This record gives sequence, C-alpha cells and structure tokens, in this order.
Amino acid sequence: MKILFQYLVFPGFLFSACVGLLACWVDRKVSARIQWRVGPPWHQNFTDVIKLLGKETIMPQNAKLTFLLSPFIGLLGLILGAAILGGALFFSGAGFSGDLIVVVYILAIPAIAMIIGASASGNPLASVGASREMKLLLAYELPFIFTILTIIIKSNGAIKFGQILNQQAASGSFIFSLSGGIAFIVAILCTQAKLGFPPFDIAEAEQELMGGTLIEYSGLPLAIFKLTKAVLITAASLFLIILFLGKDLSPLFLLLKFIMILVIIILIKNTNPRARIDQALRFFWGPVTILGLLSLILAVKGL
Amino acid sequence: MDFRLKALTKSIWVFHASVGSCNNCDIEILDCFTPRFDVERFGIQLVGSVRHADAIIVTGAMNRKSAPILKKIYGQAPKPCVVIACGICACSQHMFKDSYNVLEPLDKILPVDVYIPSCPPKPEAIISGIVKLVNKIRGGK
Repeated sequence: MKILFQYLVFPGFLFSACVGLLACWVDRKVSARIQWRVGPPWHQNFTDVIKLLGKETIMPQNAKLTFLLSPFIGLLGLILGAAILGGALFFSGAGFSGDLIVVVYILAIPAIAMIIGASASGNPLASVGASREMKLLLAYELPFIFTILTIIIKSNGAIKFGQILNQQAASGSFIFSLSGGIAFIVAILCTQAKLGFPPFDIAEAEQELMGGTLIEYSGLPLAIFKLTKAVLITAASLFLIILFLGKDLSPLFLLLKFIMILVIIILIKNTNPRARIDQALRFFWGPVTILGLLSLILAVKGL
Repeated sequence: MDFRLKALTKSIWVFHASVGSCNNCDIEILDCFTPRFDVERFGIQLVGSVRHADAIIVTGAMNRKSAPILKKIYGQAPKPCVVIACGICACSQHMFKDSYNVLEPLDKILPVDVYIPSCPPKPEAIISGIVKLVNKIRGGK
C-alpha cells in the first residue's frame, strides 16, 4: 500500500507530473520573455493535456498494436524512476543498493518507447524521426555514463543515491570540485538531448519532420507522451540535483536548485539553432566525450 | 460550462494549410505569433502535424491540385476540428473566380466555421475572427 502510494502519488506519478507540467510552463514563459512576448498562463500545460484527453484518438490504417501500447510503457517505466529519485531525495534512508544503475537504465526507456511507437505508426516521417532518436540515444549515452562513473569514483564507489548524498553532505557538493564541474557541463548537455530540446530536438523537428516521432499521435496517446516529457523533465532535474548539488536539501534550496537547472536548460534551448543529426553525433562523440573522459581522469586523480 | 469545451477553447492548436495562396496571408498569420500580438497568451500554438490540430486555418484559393489534398488533410484531423478560412481568396475565391484552375470555393468542400475576409487580413482581424469562433463554440453571446 505504501509502495503503491509512493509510486502513484507522492514522489511518483501525480507529484512529478504536476511539477513537470509546471516546469514546462516555466519553459514556455521564460522562452516567451526571452523573445519579448508575454507567454501563456501557468495552467496552460494542464489545459493542453485535458484537451488532448477529450480529443478523438486516431489509429493509422497500417499501425500495429504497439503504437497504442508504447506511450504507456514509456510513462509507467519513467514513473518508477521518478519514484526512486524522489524517494532518495525526500525520505532519507529509502532506496536500495544499485538504484543509481537502475535509474540510468530507466531514464532511457521514454526514448525507446518513442522509437517503438514511431516505428509502429507506419509513417515515413515518423520512421525518419525514430532513426534520428536512436542515433541521438547512442550519441549521448556514452558521455552520460562517463559523468556517472565520475560521480561513482568521487563518492568512493557508491552506487546508491543515499550514499552519494551522504558523501556530498560530508564533503560539499560535487559541482564545486574541478572534475565535478566538468562532469556537470557534460551532464547538462546530455540532459538537453535526453529531453529533446533544441539544439537536439532533431527527432521531433517541427519544421522538417512535422513532429517527427509524434506525427501520427493524437488524443490520449499524445497526452501520455506530453506527460512523459513533463515527468522526464522532473526526473532528469532531480537526477542532476542528486548527483551534483546534493549538499543542502531543505525545500527552499531544493526548489532554487531545480529552477536553476531548468533555467540553464531553457537558456541553452533558446540560444541555439537545431543541429543536424551528424553534427549532434560528432559533437557528443567528440568534444563532449573528451570532456567526460577528462572529468573521469581528474576524479581518479582525486581533484 | 462543459469542462472539455473550456479546455478546448483555451488551448487551440492550429494547423496551417496553405492551398495556393500568394503568401501574404501566411505572413500575417505568422505575425500573430510575434511579440506585438502574441496569441500564445491564449494557448494558441502552430503545430506541424494535422493529427495534433484543433483548427485548420486555410489560406488561398483552392486549385485542382490542392482540393483533394485538403479534403484528405481534413479527414486526417482528429475531431472536434474547426476550419478557418483566412483571407478573401479562401472565403470567396476573389479575383480567381473565373480562373481555369480554380474549381469551387472552400465552403463547398469543407464545413467552414469562420470567415476572415480582406486581402490580407490584419493580425487584429485574425484574432478577432478567432475570438468570434471561440464564442460561437462556447455557444454564448
């Protein structure tokens, strides 16, 4: 019963979806202010989701059943990750040995669900989007794993969120050390690609692919994908907070850190044009991976 | 008021179908999203795929090539979906009325919900048309 509550309500679905939808609103509002506009009201993303729930769901003629299943797979998997992350942050002592590894895998599930759904929709533009999403996944996972290895080495081989937080409470946030700072830059870039924000919104490119992976989705499955993205924003930001900014976890500081990470991501989003897929791949496997390796070496040296 | 209806009118996602227009209406539609008018305040967004759309905004006089495509696009849109005729060409074919290439007006093919005349309509006119449409959907005024 308690586990079900954690999964569905507090750190899990309801909490992370509400926080994520508000974060989406912060994104739209800050983007609007950057472009000298006013921007939508705070409840805009909730309205969007409610509206999508009331619309007709269209199943394309040659789509498979996985077309309708994959959004649910992505959302259910991701809620588990959000529940583990929230549990580690809000209830001290929660979690199990190795939950870091589990969450790293879980954070890849939404992208995989999107690839499955897009491939099942039978639309050529969606399959182009799916192939791009797949390449992007391959591109950013490598440097992302380097940053996580850096954190593991810095916290003396701990693969549990609780131990990482304890280590940071004892020795200060990892971001303020040299290797942690470099790893944070790498992790922010990987998060940007994970969330599908510009300059890495290659799979969803509105102008060239007309929505890319989401092109055939309407009504309920589209709402689920929007919710998945909202939960992913929450989960990825909490993940970065645990890994790099785990020193002071009082609610006010937690909120400030959350908004700081959000604003960094939004600023990158609004100041960069979309990269081509080959440019993104070269960027992640070139400079970003080298930075990740550098932070790893520095961490081994103890800096 | 109906909850679903309210959510629908508060977040209109617009698919922009240009069926042979001269681009002036298209530019004026894009002007609605610029800082001066900023219709995103009301939750109106341009979307790339017609599957996400709540409204199809049609510009230009339909010709032989684009008429079947527009019909197909309307069929692909999830209902409820409204059609907005933007510009005098879409409303009444204007100077292309007797052209060999232009067959029939838009409202013979699709159920048009709101007409926005003028060549091209100002962004104020487009916003006013959308306000009238929202009032019509809500069944008031």
